[in-house]
Amino acid sequence: MAIIKTEIRSGVYYDSAKLMSLQRSLAGLPGILDAGVVMGTDSNKELLEHIDLLSPEVQSAKPDDLVIVVKSEDDKAADEAMAQVDGLLAARKSDMDEAYMPRSLETAAQMLPDASWVIISVAGRYAAGVTREALRLGRHVHLFSDNVSVEDEIALKLEARERGLLVMGPDCGTAMIGGVGLAFANKIRLGPIGVVAAAGTGLQQVACRIHQLGSGMTYGIGTGGRDLSEKVGALTFLMALDALDRDPDTKVIVVTSKPPSPKVAEEVLKRARKAGKPVVVNFIARAITTLQEDNLYFATGLDDAARLAVELAKDPPKVDGDAGLKLERFKPEQKYFRGLFSGGTLAYEAQHILAGYVPRVWANAPINKEYKMANSMESQEHSIVDLGEDEFTVGRLHPMMDNELRIRRLYEEAKDPQVAVIMLDVVIGYGSHPDPASEIAPAIAKCIAEAKKDGRHLEVVCVVTGTDEDPQNFDSQVKQLVDAGAFVDGSNEVVVRYAGRILRGLAERGAPAEAVVGKAVDLATLKKPLQVINVGLESFAADMKAQETPVVHVDWKPPAGGKENLMAILERMKQRS
Amino acid sequence: MVDIEKANTTVVEKMMEARPVATGVAKALDVVPGMTDDLLLHAGPPVTWERMSGPMKGAMVGALIFEGKAKGWDDAEAMLKGGKIKWEPCHHHACAGPMAGVISPSMLCYVVENKTHGNKCYSNLNEGRGKVLRMGAYSPDVIEKLKWMNDVLGPTVGKALEAAGGIDIRAVLAKALHMGDDGHNRLDAASVLFTTQLAPFIAKTARDTDMAFEVIKFLGENALSILNPVMAGCKTMTDAGHNVEGSTIATVMTRNGTDWGMRVSGLGDQWFTAPSPVVKALYFPGFSEKDACLDIGDSVITETAGIGGFAMATAPALVTFIGGVPRDAINTTLDMYEITYAEHKQFTIPFLDFRGTPTGVDIRKVVEKQVTPRVNTGVAHKDPGVGQVGAGVVSAPMKIFEDALVAFADKYGI
Repeated sequence: MAIIKTEIRSGVYYDSAKLMSLQRSLAGLPGILDAGVVMGTDSNKELLEHIDLLSPEVQSAKPDDLVIVVKSEDDKAADEAMAQVDGLLAARKSDMDEAYMPRSLETAAQMLPDASWVIISVAGRYAAGVTREALRLGRHVHLFSDNVSVEDEIALKLEARERGLLVMGPDCGTAMIGGVGLAFANKIRLGPIGVVAAAGTGLQQVACRIHQLGSGMTYGIGTGGRDLSEKVGALTFLMALDALDRDPDTKVIVVTSKPPSPKVAEEVLKRARKAGKPVVVNFIARAITTLQEDNLYFATGLDDAARLAVELAKDPPKVDGDAGLKLERFKPEQKYFRGLFSGGTLAYEAQHILAGYVPRVWANAPINKEYKMANSMESQEHSIVDLGEDEFTVGRLHPMMDNELRIRRLYEEAKDPQVAVIMLDVVIGYGSHPDPASEIAPAIAKCIAEAKKDGRHLEVVCVVTGTDEDPQNFDSQVKQLVDAGAFVDGSNEVVVRYAGRILRGLAERGAPAEAVVGKAVDLATLKKPLQVINVGLESFAADMKAQETPVVHVDWKPPAGGKENLMAILERMKQRS
Repeated sequence: MVDIEKANTTVVEKMMEARPVATGVAKALDVVPGMTDDLLLHAGPPVTWERMSGPMKGAMVGALIFEGKAKGWDDAEAMLKGGKIKWEPCHHHACAGPMAGVISPSMLCYVVENKTHGNKCYSNLNEGRGKVLRMGAYSPDVIEKLKWMNDVLGPTVGKALEAAGGIDIRAVLAKALHMGDDGHNRLDAASVLFTTQLAPFIAKTARDTDMAFEVIKFLGENALSILNPVMAGCKTMTDAGHNVEGSTIATVMTRNGTDWGMRVSGLGDQWFTAPSPVVKALYFPGFSEKDACLDIGDSVITETAGIGGFAMATAPALVTFIGGVPRDAINTTLDMYEITYAEHKQFTIPFLDFRGTPTGVDIRKVVEKQVTPRVNTGVAHKDPGVGQVGAGVVSAPMKIFEDALVAFADKYGI
């Protein structure tokens, strides 16, 4: 037999919605069959009568009395329910701080106007659209999503370049900005090293080793694994490198990549060489031909790159670029190299190294048959002549013993107004001329002086292969040549690279300034305290919060629910506006 | 080539510039355009008798009894099914009616004039809460009350409105939003303001003090007194923005208990419809969701104009209807900014630093973001004759927006 229990409260006011909510809660309690919570108006009494909740107490209630009625299986359940009324009326559900999750990037950007970065991890087919929107809102993008077509990647990166924005990705797992890790990233202390990587775990490995070795990072910028492919052409990589070059807090730069397109790798190195700071290079599977070339330091692997960077960062070597070469001394038409070698191997090595600095080197004994000189007696453009070749030694002594032919050729080359650098090798020791410098040095001095009269600066560079215990004495040979005005070193490579830098500098001096493409990344956007908008995986937003970085997570849904025809209409509408 | 942004700007500007003023009360047959002696108006898009919801049928039957054309259900139904009585949407006749929204020829209606653009709209008198015609009740006491309203309430209020020189509905709403109303489901403040403004004139124009007492008491006790002129007022706003070539803004949203319907400014008088959803609601004692009629009423014209559910942040007390917390009210409004074209110049939200309410539902944004308009609403019993059973919130069906987008692309060659 069901029982009805009533409670009347006078002089209280509750919003009607609150009363309905209380009624629902009471009706849901164990043992309660039905409940009514209303003000005691006539129409409400009628309502209670209609559902058999009318009791004598209810009948006597006045319109401003609160009427609480429960119907239950027994007294106990009714009493327990009534005991809960005050608690239920006082119940508060949550705090006001639970933030609003916007439905669109646009709203998120209004909520967090200082957020420079948007992390995008939505399904691949939507990623390009979201990225485009982020770029239009002027934000850098960390594009975690994969399955973005290379065509979309290129289009997005070109648009980003026009706006001076970075698109890190697609399929970019890792980035570290100002000590905060985005997506897959480690906690790395702040420090003097900046890393640009077309390699996710590559970036993590280098970053962690830098940290383990006691140093730290300014930025770790992932570009996505395809950035150094021929199609994409390092669009993001070059912008990131440029930004780190301009960043005063970055003292050393590391560039690393999964196996890059060789052509694109050279483009990156070309830009890296212009950086006014040391750049450690580790391109996986790219053969290392030298450990150092100017400001470039070639590492053998990820760990080696980290180690090198940490070492260099301790006391960063000054990089003065081409300033030390004093290129202004050369006349505009001076641009060619002439190598007059007595040693065949030295001549070959010179060809090999110079190939990294100038488009082609002609030789009478070329590495590549294509570049064989038409006439060994007549130099063309950049030429290396091995005077020890048979064609020159018929009926005369080898040039290591007899300097006469080489000196004659030296005079000839020195007169050529297009020649900038002449290189000679001086090989001493047993069997060689007893004092080659005594003949060569005066000739060099004369050539330099003649050129000077003509208003030209002639750079003569010599490698001396010998020791201080040789009969001709290395130091004495060097001194004579230096006094004559030559650049001298005991290393063939050092001398050739020195010449190479001059030649490259002169070639670039002549070339018209490259048209500025796009817009450079505004360093201020990287410098200000990191704030992030997250679209996609919610855990990335949680990671930001854990790193005390302000973040707004977008409650994103596929546009038009992923319906192709509707998406197409919306896109066409956007293009028209 | 049509310029959507320009068209939409025109529409929302017109909607926001519109200034509806309730100027008087008049017989529907005399003022409602196209009203005839054998016509009933109803809420929502067009509907057949077979598909018509219970409360709307009940309201139509009640209206015919009120008109003296029928005695009860059977002969009323026969007249309706037999074609002797026709029915058309309020929205085809510059009207908006709450819930079933049934307006019959001799019913008195509020006349609301948009002083900015000159267009007029109409709505009937509000019966209060409980067992009422608009919820599908048609018992003798319901009809009695309607008669009293037509004989006493309407004429008195009409004279008072004239004497007062009209009441500026937009100004009342703007103030009420700062007093905890949303302008649709919660009109406690606006109704008090309305009554306060009318009372002195009622005191003057009523036949005697008893009548003045009766009328002022009725208006003052009914927290929805102002709902009907508000709806007509909102309709003058959205009508001002209707039929602008190239606009993607919704200018009519409404339901009839069977279907949800929408019209879009740039798509003329074409209806886009989909089945009406179930309202997520709190129910009166003894009722539950299984008793509920599907979403019904023209009152979503308030959301169409930028208040109601869209202004939920001004009425946090309403969140209890959905078992929510005040933060949910804020979030509802923030969500609506995602799908609207403008922020209202007249209606502002104190909590959001007086940001304007989200105004002008843009079908493009609704489809793109997959967020549909949120509406605060009452719930009628699904059967004729019962009345209101609860109140809650509901979201419009996505299909009408998707269909409209396709139709728009079609019409404009996009």
